Amino acid sequence: MDFSYTIYILIIPIFTFLFLGFFYNKIKPIVSGWIGVAALSVVAILSYYTAIQYFLHVPKVDGAFTTFYGFKYNWMNFTETLRIDMGVMIDPISVMMLVVVSTISLMVHIYSRGYMKGDRGYTRFFAFLSLFTFSMMGLVVATNLFQIYIFWELVGLSSFLLIGFYYEKPSAVAAAKKAFIVTRFADLGFLIGILLMGYYGGSYDFMTLNDINGVAISNWASHSFMGLSVITWALILMFMGGAGKSAMFPLHIWLPDAMEGPTPVSALIHAATMVVAGVYLVARMFPMFHFVENGYALHVVAWVGAISTLIAAIIALTQYDIKRVLAFSTMSQIGYMMLALGVSGYYEHEGVGYMASMWHLFTHAMFKALLFLAAGSVIHSVHSNFMQDMGGLHKYMKITSITFLIAALSISGFPFTAGFFSKDEILLAAFKHNKPIYFITLFVAGLTAFYMFRLYFSIFWGKKTEYEHTPHESPWSMTLPMLFLAFMSIASGYLPMTEWLTPDRVGFHGHVNWGMASIAVAVGLIGIIIAYVFYKKPTNYPERISKAFGRLYQWTFRKFYMDELYLFITKKIIFKRIAAPFAWFDRNVVDGTMNLIGNSTVRGSKLIKGLQSGKIQDYALAFVGGVFVLVLIVLYIW
Amino acid sequence: MNWTSFFMMRNEILLLALILIMLVLEISSKPEQKKGLINIALALFFAHTLIGFFPNQVGELFGGSFRTNGLIDFFKNVLNVGVLIILFQSVDWLKEKTLAYNKVAEFFVLLFSSLLGMYFMISSGDFLIFYIGLELSTLPLVALVAYNSHNHKATEASIKLILSAALASGITLFGISMLYATGGSIFFDALASNLQNSPLAILGLIFFISGVGFKISLAPFHFWTADVYEGAPISITSYLSVVSKGAAIFILMIILFTILPVLSESWKIVAYVLALTTMFTGNLFALRQQNMKRFLAYSSIAQAGFMMLGIINTEALGVSTIVYFVLIYVFSNLGAFGVVQAISLQTGKENMDDYTGLYRTNPKLALVFLLALFSLAGIPPVAGFFGKFFLYTAAASKGYYLLVFLAVVNVTIALYYYLLPVRMMFLRKSDEAIPYFKSKPFMRIGLIITVAGIFVLGLYSPLYDYIVALSQNIF
Repeated sequence: MDFSYTIYILIIPIFTFLFLGFFYNKIKPIVSGWIGVAALSVVAILSYYTAIQYFLHVPKVDGAFTTFYGFKYNWMNFTETLRIDMGVMIDPISVMMLVVVSTISLMVHIYSRGYMKGDRGYTRFFAFLSLFTFSMMGLVVATNLFQIYIFWELVGLSSFLLIGFYYEKPSAVAAAKKAFIVTRFADLGFLIGILLMGYYGGSYDFMTLNDINGVAISNWASHSFMGLSVITWALILMFMGGAGKSAMFPLHIWLPDAMEGPTPVSALIHAATMVVAGVYLVARMFPMFHFVENGYALHVVAWVGAISTLIAAIIALTQYDIKRVLAFSTMSQIGYMMLALGVSGYYEHEGVGYMASMWHLFTHAMFKALLFLAAGSVIHSVHSNFMQDMGGLHKYMKITSITFLIAALSISGFPFTAGFFSKDEILLAAFKHNKPIYFITLFVAGLTAFYMFRLYFSIFWGKKTEYEHTPHESPWSMTLPMLFLAFMSIASGYLPMTEWLTPDRVGFHGHVNWGMASIAVAVGLIGIIIAYVFYKKPTNYPERISKAFGRLYQWTFRKFYMDELYLFITKKIIFKRIAAPFAWFDRNVVDGTMNLIGNSTVRGSKLIKGLQSGKIQDYALAFVGGVFVLVLIVLYIW
Repeated sequence: MNWTSFFMMRNEILLLALILIMLVLEISSKPEQKKGLINIALALFFAHTLIGFFPNQVGELFGGSFRTNGLIDFFKNVLNVGVLIILFQSVDWLKEKTLAYNKVAEFFVLLFSSLLGMYFMISSGDFLIFYIGLELSTLPLVALVAYNSHNHKATEASIKLILSAALASGITLFGISMLYATGGSIFFDALASNLQNSPLAILGLIFFISGVGFKISLAPFHFWTADVYEGAPISITSYLSVVSKGAAIFILMIILFTILPVLSESWKIVAYVLALTTMFTGNLFALRQQNMKRFLAYSSIAQAGFMMLGIINTEALGVSTIVYFVLIYVFSNLGAFGVVQAISLQTGKENMDDYTGLYRTNPKLALVFLLALFSLAGIPPVAGFFGKFFLYTAAASKGYYLLVFLAVVNVTIALYYYLLPVRMMFLRKSDEAIPYFKSKPFMRIGLIITVAGIFVLGLYSPLYDYIVALSQNIF
């Protein structure tokens, strides 16, 4: 099967970016919007075609899906064994991700034509969207760790540009910086992990590393460090990078702030694509995670996922900014995917966790993007992010209201929606392998239903708010993508993912486990009912509850003071104790003497004298002092 | 000795001829013709650079005092390309200023003399030629830094440079004499076989590294850097930060790897310590700089710290990674300096605040600057990333994980300040943004070469393979 055309999935968006970027003040905004949509349509069609070809028409070998390379270029032979390629890798999860990314990106492109209308940076926005799509696609189809890292950074960069899009807003610029620095810090782990993997695993190539009979997996015990295999350390460090991108606890602090970006950006980056990169990375390396040191690193993944999902769901209960609720909800759902990977086995039915994770990634992309787009539609019309300013919007915005309801039902796992199927598989996997995680997952399912419907009822029902301008439904360019995603929020549950996305690639026949499902549905319904009682009509239950919980509520509302903790460490310790003295030295000693000398040169005649009494002596002192310290270190201390 | 073996000195002889031609032309031309000298010098140097790429003989001359091999020849070409880019970027500045100062040929004569010194330095086969080359490369620079002798900052910078350089020379010489005392020769070959690991030799080694470290701006021998970079004309600042630094790190590496391997246990420690002090000093000071030249000065100090990671490797891998890194650094840093030069020439502005909103008014310049800064910061997929990545692997392959970790931490710090100008240019707007202007043709050529270099080096891997092959031959 020839997949060489898949290279165009990368070429088209980067070309669009360059075109829009170079000619951005020569193209009319309306044209640039259409160019973006047209380019993405082609990419989406190519992706769907690839998916159909791969899943339905390519013959399996020994009952398993095989890996194809649409394109492979040997970039560099680093040493005899390490080589770095650039290429396009076609296998079940990369094809699945191609579909997710192109679908959501296309929908967001169409939606943005309406949402960003009249914005001065309209063309720039579409250029950045194309750059992001290119980077994300490159990440998805990467053939090796090196390539994935390069695109990983590009994704971070383009999301930095998109979060900081409203550069007039200081909060947006701060948020962009925060996101970049936090994820960059996490990437530090990733990079070191890659280096370790190169040396001890002997390759960067995914196929070589993940070969379950290969050297990397069978020789994991050959080197150890602090009681663990070095390979395990490498995997944990790489997971650190993944946790940063996927906003896992405790590296999640950037995600809520990143909501300062335009809402379509949140839908694209912070719901469906970039934030699941961490999940994708673990899935990509799954055989290594599973087999090396009996899955030690995988336990870490499972527990980080479980803790994140719980914390995020609790925080989401108390937020008022609707985008922040969705942000925490995203973090919680990604925690689901992580823990599902963490409890997964490898062969046949054992691989249900892996499959469920990938499936949930797919369905979550659809309904969470929809939630963000619907929230954007509401914000567009009400001009506020806060649910206190909303209420009773159902009668003004029917389409938004109904699509939001569908997405909310799907994320709550309501029967026969997409979320129901994928979540059911996650619960099943957790139940089989790890009971404590199962109960966390179940509890979070209830919380999720509650906060989603709290959101739904307070926006679209609840108290009647007086609006300055009567809210109105958004234009077709915005509602059309929402309708499509609403369809997908149900339909994607009926795809035969159990046969497509298993770790051993053989697949199995999945069926809904009704015993498991009925418990989850019951828990979800309880959440929905409580939300209904609290928020359908204006009541004072919420205030009474928050009073009753007092300090605990305050803790949750302040997101467990995580931001404050980070701020304390960076501001008080790093800036105050380290950077400030340096700055002081620079300002007072370096600049001060500089001024001193500057003044004396003005006096001309005293030039030489001024210089000699200046800091040249200090320089010389430092120079000679440095020499002696080096001598001391080498001869006596070392 | 056959006279044809003088072709080994092709680069040196041609450049010397160039210097003489410039002197003669200067004397024989009328004042109104002097502007033409700039074009002549540029054309001649361009030809010189091209000739450098033709294959050359390798071997030794003068009983081993002068030697050349594939890698040294390659590195001379790197220096040539660096100087050529600098000349392209400074032509317009020269045309504007030199006539006012009535000093046209001086600029070229001094610059080429300094380059000639570097040729001799990196081709040296004994410490005498090495030292002469070192001095010849430094002294003309002192005059060039004070090229605009009416500017107080420039004269101050020049005095600081010569005083610091004198101190560094003294220390280098002291180190060399101690090495001579233990090894009994100033010839590299003899030293390599005679030298024993003794405290006196180690002392000599440290003095030697410190003296050369002055030229590379390793902390704590770097204090002159920021003042001189700020005071000097931008062309000379670029030269100091790229060509001069590159040549010094190259010869330091060659001497350490091939002549003093017996002391490697000691110089690995020195390189370890200096790498850390230099990276941290450069990065922490760069954080707060407002003047672009000062900013780039500290950033170049930090980059020098990175190069020390390759020194620690002690093997061919270290050589190839350092040469590759320097090559990338030449293009990236000259790209950044070129933009600063273009803007300074047009508007006289050199502060970071002046760059606010540059992308809206001068998108192309802003993009070049962005690319150069990203390459310096080491963001993939720009060439700078690969340079840094190979340095990490060079150090990591010898088990220096802590050092690599600290280096990666430093890259993260560096990223913060490299993004400051980017933020100013792209994410802010200003009513006082620098208005649109068209760069001069030569400046544009200079910038295009750097951009092309940044891309080609990142994407065209045979070049790296070629450097690897050359590096294996020097041992």
